[in-house]
Amino acid sequence: MEFKSISELQSLLNDKKISVKEIADTYIKKIKEKKDLNIFIYFNEDKIYEQVKNIENFSNEKKLKAIPIAVKDLFCTKNMPTTAASKILENFHPTYESFVTQRLVDMGAMFVGKTNLDEFAMGSATNTSYFGNTINPLSEKDIPLAPGGSSGGSAAAVAADLCLGATGTDTGGSIRQPASLCGVVGIKPTYGLCSRWGIAAFASSLDQAGVFSKNVTDSSILLEEMAGYDQRDSTSSNVKIPNFSKELNTDMSGKIIGVPKEYAVDGISDEINQVWEDAIKSLEKKGAIIKKISLPHTKYALPTYYIIAPAEASSNLARYDGVKYGFRADDSNSLDEMYELTRSEGFGKEVKRRILIGTYVLSAGYYDAYYIKAQKVRKLIANDFVNTFSECDFILTPTAPSAAFPLNEKQDDPIKMYLNDVFTVPASLAGIPGISIPYGSDKKGLPLGIQILGKHYNEQEIFNAAFALEKDYE
Amino acid sequence: MKLDTNTINKIAKLARIKLSEQESKDLLKDMNSILDWVEQLNEVDTDKIEPLANISSSSLPKRKDQAEDINSSDEILQNSPDKLEGYFAVPKVVE
Repeated sequence: MEFKSISELQSLLNDKKISVKEIADTYIKKIKEKKDLNIFIYFNEDKIYEQVKNIENFSNEKKLKAIPIAVKDLFCTKNMPTTAASKILENFHPTYESFVTQRLVDMGAMFVGKTNLDEFAMGSATNTSYFGNTINPLSEKDIPLAPGGSSGGSAAAVAADLCLGATGTDTGGSIRQPASLCGVVGIKPTYGLCSRWGIAAFASSLDQAGVFSKNVTDSSILLEEMAGYDQRDSTSSNVKIPNFSKELNTDMSGKIIGVPKEYAVDGISDEINQVWEDAIKSLEKKGAIIKKISLPHTKYALPTYYIIAPAEASSNLARYDGVKYGFRADDSNSLDEMYELTRSEGFGKEVKRRILIGTYVLSAGYYDAYYIKAQKVRKLIANDFVNTFSECDFILTPTAPSAAFPLNEKQDDPIKMYLNDVFTVPASLAGIPGISIPYGSDKKGLPLGIQILGKHYNEQEIFNAAFALEKDYE
Repeated sequence: MKLDTNTINKIAKLARIKLSEQESKDLLKDMNSILDWVEQLNEVDTDKIEPLANISSSSLPKRKDQAEDINSSDEILQNSPDKLEGYFAVPKVVE
């Protein structure tokens, strides 16, 4: 049994053709069948049936009643443990619920489990998790493919039909890139639109929650429920959240689409360039006007990001000291030794690498040369977008430089791995919203993604463009 | 080469992460290649640019500075790897 959308499942529920318990049964069965893909870090039937009892009492008016949602294991949840895919948070039971997941609970959503990710969201293939790789559900049997990352478990859960929506977080592309590699829709809203309260922090000036779903409409429904002002996050935006799903509109007439020349980078396959071209032509046919634009500092976005994100991470991850929660190393003779051994054994290789880079670029004598320099270049990158948006309504680019790649590829060289985020990082640095939708495929039939970027708080605009492009594949 | 083993070990000490010899050797290679790669930012003229402090374009209201008593110390202590009489316990600090 497959449900195609939130509205389809809701009508079945309203017409009493399916019960809340039957929905739970259906998804539990699906999740068990796909156990080998290692999509979930935490899955427990009893916890799902506990929710069923509560959800049955909810009115059918609740917009997400009984909708199965997978939660990235970076969001603190009260009824399920939270690990951030790290040994250092093994057995951590949050005493509070994150803002975003609380919103979903209040609307009647059913959490099916906590999904795998790169440890502390640091990675682009869901291969740095302490709990092992997630396998992309689109893989052929003999060649397991990566789902992208860091929210690879969430993207894979939607692609494998183990839920109708999933939460993700995006710091440099961690929603959009896995959405592209798994062939699903993924949106990272404007920085500050969803509260960071209760999300394990990676790089606070970049971290933003968002969603995955099977189609644009469902993403718009989920985002309007998750977004909103929260006084416990000092960078939460106090803006009115539009009714995205109600306002969805495919009318592209007169819209000006920016196509940045800097995104035509070397080494990108003809297939990806072709899909990009197809999407541009499609929107043009629907009445949009194409404008060639320039974002001159694009090539500096990745190195800027790989100074700022580790710097913030080194500070955020200082809290994991083995005292208050999570893992503690045995047999230390002093407090300092306890810290050092706990962090040495508790963090994986990529996390240690980023903490050390961050510590270095923030250390006395190097702070100005690296961190301040990067913050200045970040300003220029953000200004590029501000200038560009005075002459176009949104920007269209590919989402990722490749389709899903084999699991163990690109692991040895960190810089090669970082290049996965070449098209997604600039928008993160500028704090603007971006959506990835599946559009076309490569020779092997693997999906490719198109990214649409908009102005701050202009999610409606990019939802609409995505909605219009989605029609090409219906 | 920007970093040597001594610097790596010094940074590791600051970050309170104990590294094995093999780990510091691997990290030396990775971190040097990453630091060489970010060097390209020096091509950008940033003389008259203020470093970005906040990316948000909306006003960020301050909340009221009010204490909230959630009294969940028992629940919080449940997560601690070692506790003693309502406190977190750590290896002995003073003799």
